[in-house]
Amino acid sequence: MVDSSELKIRKTALNGVHRAMGAKMVNFGGWDMPVEYPATGGLVAEHKAVRGGVGIFDVSHMGDIRIYNERSSGAGLAAVQHITMNDASHLAIGQAQYSAMLYPAGTFVDDVIVHRLGEDDFLLVINAGTREKDVNWVLENTKAFDCTVENLSDSYTQLAIQGPRAIDVAQKLARPNLSALKNYWFTHGEVCGLQNVLIARTGYTGEDGFEIYVPSDVKTSEDVWAKVMDAGREFGIVPCGLGARNTLRLEARMSLYGHEISENINVWEAGLARFCKIEKGDFVGSDALKKEKAEGLKRTLVGIEMIDRGIARDGYGCSNEAGEPIGVVTSGSPSPTLGKNIGLAFVPPAMAGLGATIYVDIRGQKCKSRVVPTPFYKREKTAGPNLEK
Amino acid sequence: MTYPAGYRYTKDHEWIEAKGDLGTIGLTDYAQSKLGDLVFVELPKVGDAVEAGKPLGTVESVKAASDIYAPVSGEVLEVNGSLKDAPEKINSDPHGAGWLIKVRLKNLAELKALMDGPAYEAYLALPEQEGSH
Repeated sequence: MVDSSELKIRKTALNGVHRAMGAKMVNFGGWDMPVEYPATGGLVAEHKAVRGGVGIFDVSHMGDIRIYNERSSGAGLAAVQHITMNDASHLAIGQAQYSAMLYPAGTFVDDVIVHRLGEDDFLLVINAGTREKDVNWVLENTKAFDCTVENLSDSYTQLAIQGPRAIDVAQKLARPNLSALKNYWFTHGEVCGLQNVLIARTGYTGEDGFEIYVPSDVKTSEDVWAKVMDAGREFGIVPCGLGARNTLRLEARMSLYGHEISENINVWEAGLARFCKIEKGDFVGSDALKKEKAEGLKRTLVGIEMIDRGIARDGYGCSNEAGEPIGVVTSGSPSPTLGKNIGLAFVPPAMAGLGATIYVDIRGQKCKSRVVPTPFYKREKTAGPNLEK
Repeated sequence: MTYPAGYRYTKDHEWIEAKGDLGTIGLTDYAQSKLGDLVFVELPKVGDAVEAGKPLGTVESVKAASDIYAPVSGEVLEVNGSLKDAPEKINSDPHGAGWLIKVRLKNLAELKALMDGPAYEAYLALPEQEGSH
């Protein structure tokens, strides 16, 4: 089979910057992206910088879809309500929420962050690997609504500045008062001399931080990157790749498409019920989810910590004491923060109790692990109430 | 880093230094730099048989687990036990202190199928090398 992503690999505007810094590059969902920057310490140093200081990620491969009705007829909101599972009607202008787009079976097209730009104007930030699929799916499923759908994915260079010192770095470059911005809220303002830049207090690391959206031309993108690096120098900022992004999100138990969520995994199994508002009215996937709920959960996602030596990895099988197969690991890695080997796995609800023993099949060896509470890592809250839900 | 001319190399980036029928096996500098900082090593036991081209063990970085392939067939005589607590030795000294196992070769002719230092460096310089591992 020909993999189209191999034929035409895509690059962000900062590709030259990554390569100049000696980043190790990988093909991620058809994008040539940095996995780590060995010259500035590599994956573990990047992870620790974000937990203890600040790091910067190029996440321009993420996609952006705007859905709106110019006359604020409400059709934009109605469309968003129809295609996402959280309740966007509760969002104030300037507020964002974690949500997901579902297939009729209640399984995942993708997870998204929905931003309310205006009364009837929304921006959905989507994953890189699912961009084309997502855009087509949104176009198809909003046909019945009198709304405009714009694919803005190529318009923005998206930078994530993450870590407890992210606010110090971002505030040096941004005119709006960022300490007034609550978690999962955003504003538009001046950043690095650019006007009307979207600045959101969001991220994928389990840490405080900001995501900024600047024009995607190479000159602007490189200029903003350099200014962030400059502003961050006194706080020890390091560039961070997809490797650290993955270990950070895993410690915070955030889902990764193709692992904890996919077209074969439903909302209840993924443990994302708190972001799914069945009571808001019908949306794509809601009927199946009601039915699934009535039938009861067949498998559930748990956090595990290895007791035996060994690292659980995506796709490894899980078994019980008797050696019978009971599930599968969806993500696994050493945790740089905890110094333990952690993972997420699908197991039957009966095996999901805290402290339950689960054996992970690591290259033919049954290695013991136990079910532990998640998130594996939770930062101390500093920045006002968490209103992401 | 240079690749010792007296070692023999595989396309999977293992090296073997053979003296008579005794061979020391390790990962090349190219391999360790591609893998990144290693955090875990799984090696065979003394007395185990390894077979040319078949996995003899595993190394893991934070990011991923990777198989190590045996450059030759033989019996494991010694295992570098210090790697259990210090797998980073493979990163810092891949062609020396980061060696993996010592074997008694079963078939010396297998060495002929492997590359010498200059041939391996030429192999690394091939454009298709980039991204193929």
